[in-house]
Amino acid sequence: MTTNGAPPPVLSLKGVNTHYGAAHILKDVDIDIHAGEMVCLLGGNASGKTTTLKTMLGYLRPSSGTVYMDGENVNGWSTAQRVGHGLTMVPENRRLFKRMTVKENLEIGAYLRQSDDLDADYERVFEMFPRVKERLTQKAGTLSGGEQQMVAMGRALMAQPKVLLMDEPSMGLAPVLVAQNFEIIEQINKAGVTVFVVEQNANMALSIADRGYVLQTGKIVLDDTSQALLANPQMRAAYLGDV
Amino acid sequence: MVLVAATGMVATFQPRLVIDPIVPLGILFLYLLAFAFGWMAGQPPATLEGYEPATAGSRNVLAGALAGLLGGLCLGLLLIAITVFDLRGVFINMSPELAEILGFGLPVAAAVFVIAVASAFMGALGAGVHLLSRRVRRALIGALTAVIVFSVLTDLFGQLFAGLSLEPVIDFLYTGRGGALTIIGSVVIFGAFIVLFWWMEGRDSTLRQRVQAMPKGQRSRWQIGAALIILVILYFVPRIMGPFVSQILVTAGIYLLMALGLNIVVGYAGLLDLGYVAFFAVGAYTTAILTSPQSPAFNPEISVLASLPFVMVAAAIAGILVATPVIRMRGDYLAIVTLGFGEIARILLNSEWLAPVFGGAQGITNIPDLQIGPLTFSTPQDYFYPIFLFVLLAAYVTFALQKSRWGRAWMAMREDESVAEAMGVNIVTAKLSAFVVGAILASFGGSLFAAQIGSVFPHTFDIVVSITVLVIIIVGGMGSVPGVTLGALVLIVLPNLLREFSEYQFLFYGVLLIVMMLKRPEGFIPSKRRAQELHTEELSQDAWLEIYGEKGQAEQVPEGAV
Ligand SMILES: Nc1ncnc2c1ncn2[C@@H]1O[C@H](COP(=O)(O)OP(=O)(O)O)[C@@H](O)[C@H]1O
Ligand SMILES: [Mg+2]
Repeated sequence: MTTNGAPPPVLSLKGVNTHYGAAHILKDVDIDIHAGEMVCLLGGNASGKTTTLKTMLGYLRPSSGTVYMDGENVNGWSTAQRVGHGLTMVPENRRLFKRMTVKENLEIGAYLRQSDDLDADYERVFEMFPRVKERLTQKAGTLSGGEQQMVAMGRALMAQPKVLLMDEPSMGLAPVLVAQNFEIIEQINKAGVTVFVVEQNANMALSIADRGYVLQTGKIVLDDTSQALLANPQMRAAYLGDV
Repeated sequence: MVLVAATGMVATFQPRLVIDPIVPLGILFLYLLAFAFGWMAGQPPATLEGYEPATAGSRNVLAGALAGLLGGLCLGLLLIAITVFDLRGVFINMSPELAEILGFGLPVAAAVFVIAVASAFMGALGAGVHLLSRRVRRALIGALTAVIVFSVLTDLFGQLFAGLSLEPVIDFLYTGRGGALTIIGSVVIFGAFIVLFWWMEGRDSTLRQRVQAMPKGQRSRWQIGAALIILVILYFVPRIMGPFVSQILVTAGIYLLMALGLNIVVGYAGLLDLGYVAFFAVGAYTTAILTSPQSPAFNPEISVLASLPFVMVAAAIAGILVATPVIRMRGDYLAIVTLGFGEIARILLNSEWLAPVFGGAQGITNIPDLQIGPLTFSTPQDYFYPIFLFVLLAAYVTFALQKSRWGRAWMAMREDESVAEAMGVNIVTAKLSAFVVGAILASFGGSLFAAQIGSVFPHTFDIVVSITVLVIIIVGGMGSVPGVTLGALVLIVLPNLLREFSEYQFLFYGVLLIVMMLKRPEGFIPSKRRAQELHTEELSQDAWLEIYGEKGQAEQVPEGAV
């Protein structure tokens, strides 16, 4: 994995195959994510997007191939270890701890942080999402979908991640909220966090990402810069709503 | 009512007079049920915002009377059935004796009529209560409850007044110690409590407000003062209450210790452990083996106190042993496997095979008394104090853990295991630690139990113990220390004080559980969190999408691959 000179990708999959029992889901997947980048993974329903994220986080072990973080083989690492190393996920459908308060959700986000001083982190989250501050003592399950998305992102930011994985952040949100959401993702990326965003909404994702991968039934079929993908006729036909 | 009569409760309760000589317990119990039916039927509908509150009127009373009448008619039918057919072949309890009791000794037709009228009357009364003003209603019901409590807990009050050297009070209120209330006694109690409740109305909350309004320093001084007074009272409790009641309190204390432990496992971490008794057994047997000269295999004969560190280690090991295989299990699977572990523990202790170590069915006897320095604890009164101390310690640990990182990790895990993991919570350590902490608390309970009883036998460590502890935390309020305490008091102390009740202890648990689940699923004294959890409507939009990470299956990946 060591390349001369340039730093290794912060996160990468090399020749990864992942199975659910006998079902072969990911097939020889290669993904490289470099520090500071915003990369998106596009694909239709059941193409294996979530499976890719689960493999990155260590929920699933690849049956062959390797997951690297900063050039190091992390196949043997537990999820908690990978999170401790700076990987954090905003799960599909947000998945807040619904019966805990917003504040407690944020606290859990910072679970692995050694320092007790979280004030600055709270401030950062509140600055990004003023609504969250108003809802601190409310049960997370009683928030609206948009608010839940904010808390889910706030929760992930509390971990001070180096790489933020997002699973379909636009799912189930009104179009206005989707746009807002992507603005915030862009903002987080500008602040120095590497972002890997998984989406079905290809237009939206490509409008903010530097590069994109396209996943089809577990295989990476396209891999290019966002501009190139937006211009790709095959891509336009399949994912961008051109007829 | 038919059910109650059929189970034989009435006949068992009958010899016990509540108010001498007019009201026997069995009949009282039956007609209180009619009263309760009436009360439920006559309840005004819930007031909806924006609507005129429904006024209670004669319609409610009628509904109550009908409900009572219905119950009474069923009872009448039962009576006819008993007298006409001999049902004893099917239901042992349906004896002519029961018919005699139910029918007040009257001929059948007259008796059915009397029962129906009486039940309807009680039902109407129950419903009629709703017509009274809140203050009157509270005073009346409170005073009635007081009379019933005084009469039913006659042993307790007899002991209490005797302990305080107030024998004349006993003679005045009761027909002798442990006897029934006299007519004058019940009237006096009723009157006194009416006055008390009347006076109290509104005052308890003002007092609370006043304490709340105090400046911080003064308030904490008040709280310390109150705590001191409670401690002083507690110091005298065993002395006043004598060995019988103290023994019950000691038993309740041991259950409470276990309940606090299980509360961590089930309430905080959300791991339903039905084999919790195993850890209780580990504590009891570790102390027994290490302290008793009769221990078959190995008898170092150290003191009970010195055995405690070993008990802790043994419990921790047992906790890890049970938790390791169930790490990846959830919900029902976990419950069933732990249930199995509990039974395995008992069977091993009972087995011939391990008899050279555990003594088999003969158990281990001659466990010495607990000794701390010059103090020797031998009577139940003595044991009250160390057990109280341990309970206090357990309560403190519970509080401290709730606010800690561990506590947070447990709760996140309870809410959503895979997301908690994505936040960096190590699920393996979180589960192991919950099991170990719970195991240690239960094992201390077992250790004290062994020392107090002086012997251990396998049959003590029955699944019923696990169930009882679980019922305590469910009824009391999962996650709440005061709730669990009250749960232990109600579920252990009450059935033991009511001699007639003990046969129906589990029926009582069952009914209590059902009523609680329907009316107050969060328990008597819920933790703030649980109350919120169960009573706030979930507004979440994607509650239906709970399918995401089923990590359990994913673990089996390398099949055909690699
Ligand atoms: N826990 C599971 N067990 C078995 N098969 C699964 C599981 N989760 C997902 N799959 C299958 O894996 C494939 C990819 O799923 P997923 O990665 O969730 O797709 P996406 O996120 O792209 O919609 C689907 O065919 C799905 O049915
Ligand atoms: Mg998905």
